[in-house]
Amino acid sequence: MSLRIVVCVKYVPDATGDRRFAEDLTTDRDAVDGLLSELDEYAVEQALQIAESRQQEGDDAEITVLTVGPEDAKDALRKALSMGAHKAVHVEDDALHGTDILGTSLVLAKAIEHVGYDLVVCGMASTDGTAGVVPAILAERLSVPQVTLVSEVAVEDGKVTGRRDGDAASEQLEARFPAVVSVTDQSGEARYPSFKGIMAAKKKPVESLDLSDLGIDAAEVGLAGAWSAVNEANERPVRTAGTIVKDEGEGGKQLAAFLVERKFI
Amino acid sequence: MTIDHRLPAEYEELRRTVEEFAHDVVAPKIGEFYEHHEFPYEIVREMGRMGLFGLPFPEEYGGMGGDYFALCLALEELARVDSSVAITLEAGVSLGAMPIFRFGTQAQKRDWLPKLCSGEMLGAFGLTEPECGSDAGGTRTTARLDEESGEWVINGTKCFITNSGTDITGLVTVTAVTGRQPDGRPEISSIIVPSGTPGFTVAPPYSKVGWNASDTRELAFSDCRVPSANLLGELGRGYAQFLRILDEGRIAISALATGLAQGCVDESVAYAKTRQAFGKPIGANQAIQFKLADMEMHAHTARLAWRDAASRLLHGEPFKKEAALAKLYSSQIAVTNAREATQIHGGYGFMNEYPVARFWRDSKILEIGEGTSEVQRMLIARELGLTA
Ligand SMILES: Cc1cc2nc3c(=O)[nH]c(=O)nc-3n(C[C@H](O)[C@H](O)[C@H](O)COP(=O)(O)OP(=O)(O)OC[C@H]3O[C@@H](n4cnc5c(N)ncnc54)[C@H](O)[C@@H]3O)c2cc1C
Repeated sequence: MSLRIVVCVKYVPDATGDRRFAEDLTTDRDAVDGLLSELDEYAVEQALQIAESRQQEGDDAEITVLTVGPEDAKDALRKALSMGAHKAVHVEDDALHGTDILGTSLVLAKAIEHVGYDLVVCGMASTDGTAGVVPAILAERLSVPQVTLVSEVAVEDGKVTGRRDGDAASEQLEARFPAVVSVTDQSGEARYPSFKGIMAAKKKPVESLDLSDLGIDAAEVGLAGAWSAVNEANERPVRTAGTIVKDEGEGGKQLAAFLVERKFI
Repeated sequence: MTIDHRLPAEYEELRRTVEEFAHDVVAPKIGEFYEHHEFPYEIVREMGRMGLFGLPFPEEYGGMGGDYFALCLALEELARVDSSVAITLEAGVSLGAMPIFRFGTQAQKRDWLPKLCSGEMLGAFGLTEPECGSDAGGTRTTARLDEESGEWVINGTKCFITNSGTDITGLVTVTAVTGRQPDGRPEISSIIVPSGTPGFTVAPPYSKVGWNASDTRELAFSDCRVPSANLLGELGRGYAQFLRILDEGRIAISALATGLAQGCVDESVAYAKTRQAFGKPIGANQAIQFKLADMEMHAHTARLAWRDAASRLLHGEPFKKEAALAKLYSSQIAVTNAREATQIHGGYGFMNEYPVARFWRDSKILEIGEGTSEVQRMLIARELGLTA
């Protein structure tokens, strides 16, 4: 039977651009170009590899990429489709502006249930919010097991297995389907889309949904429905010139003193 | 009706993908390969994986279903970062695989194209000889058909052949004299010679001024025998075939030269903003600003020129003159931009670890390979109706 994989991806501001906050202290998305979060490319890659390994065994898998985000977030979906995902779902609604982690996970959960799934694959965090907890909350909302932050992932006999590398030990985890996994940036470099993939992506279906399609009350999401709030945001001070230590025999000691002073050592 | 010279969305996406690849994969590693005159197998493998070698070929042969324009876009973006990998792609596709695609039999296409398209295998095209380059019709290499064994027996030498001696080179298509025409002129044909064929030897790599991470070799054929079925296309069509291949190839070289010229701008603008002299960035001086403005103008104009030639090619229109113009102009400004980029970088520009030093070394060959600037002028003058 075809394995249904949903990959959650986020459209984030380009980290190399000049990122700013808008007046309501949400990300100013107009000020900077966006793209598919690099950390989510790893998730797409792992999903593609799972699908490919199943294909080699005569099975198959259907990969749906899912994003919650503004109109431009379609770019992130298109990139994932060019890499090889089969179809896409875009949840877009003006009421979503300013949605926090809890709200996002709610929308994702509803959309994932709408699509139907055996396995949900997420990145380890977004490159803008970097909270890294959406996969875990999502699993709770879906009431399914979670295998998070793995650097190796495989699928066999109705279950997913993964290796989580910690500081002290590597854990081997497994969960029966349906399940949620999140993969780290150590899971293997994502492929570049080929021209064939780019051309094919044009013809792949992208389903657009809004909150009412998913039966979500607008009050549960958005800035007003958020459980966390940004009270203040200040631009980081410009970097100062730094200290240059001239080595006149005492250079090593001076460096060490510098590091001790700042509690690095 | 809308008149628009901008790229369709998919082509822009391809361009951006290759730009990202060049920046993330090629840029960090290529300096090392270049310094040691090593062929960058791992980068070429990645280029193969993303389908670059299959860009202009149909999917039935393992290609990407794109076209020559798409190939040129990829070449420009690669060459913005490095020309060795760009020329490896250019020669692999437009000299290695394209002759087989354009002139080969079904069997030849099925045998060779899938591997060439995936980048697992590289092809080369051997036209130039020690005694003839611009005057490629003066080929001295001969191929005699041994009726008894049904084999071509090839004798001669080819020189400066790109991609001909890597570990993954699978074939070289060579031009050879196969007889005399009724008017007494030599009859030239193209023959596919698989790598490793007895009698076919590949010399060690040349020591080159530039393109140091690309493979260039001299080839010797001494009673080298290949099956008669290795004839590429029709007997006696070799001259016409390579003229067509070179006409197209000029557009590709033009795109590559444009990339180098743009790379010079990219590096120099960044440098001019940060390098301080006399208490301000050097880019605050009009002398530097004007250099950069001119360099940008060069790259932009060269881009328009190759894109014009490439779109004519795609539409099946005559493109010989436009291809020659594009190649002549872009190679000339690539040399100019590389010289100016080095100047803007001062002493650092003369250090091999700086990309502009590589650009400088890599630029000159662009005025020589696939038709020298003099040959381009001859072609353009001929298209203007002037005869010798
Ligand atoms: C790195 C590298 C890679 C190459 N790769 C390949 C390859 O893959 N396959 C291949 O077949 N070849 C390849 N070449 C060969 C290249 O195409 C030739 O070097 C080029 O065509 C010039 O030929 P030549 O070197 O024999 O110069 P010549 O033809 O001897 O020319 C010498 C000079 O005389 C000028 N000249 C010649 N005739 C005229 C004329 N009628 N009027 C005015 N001026 C004239 C030329 O413009 C040039 O300035 C490569 C060369 C290099 C250096």
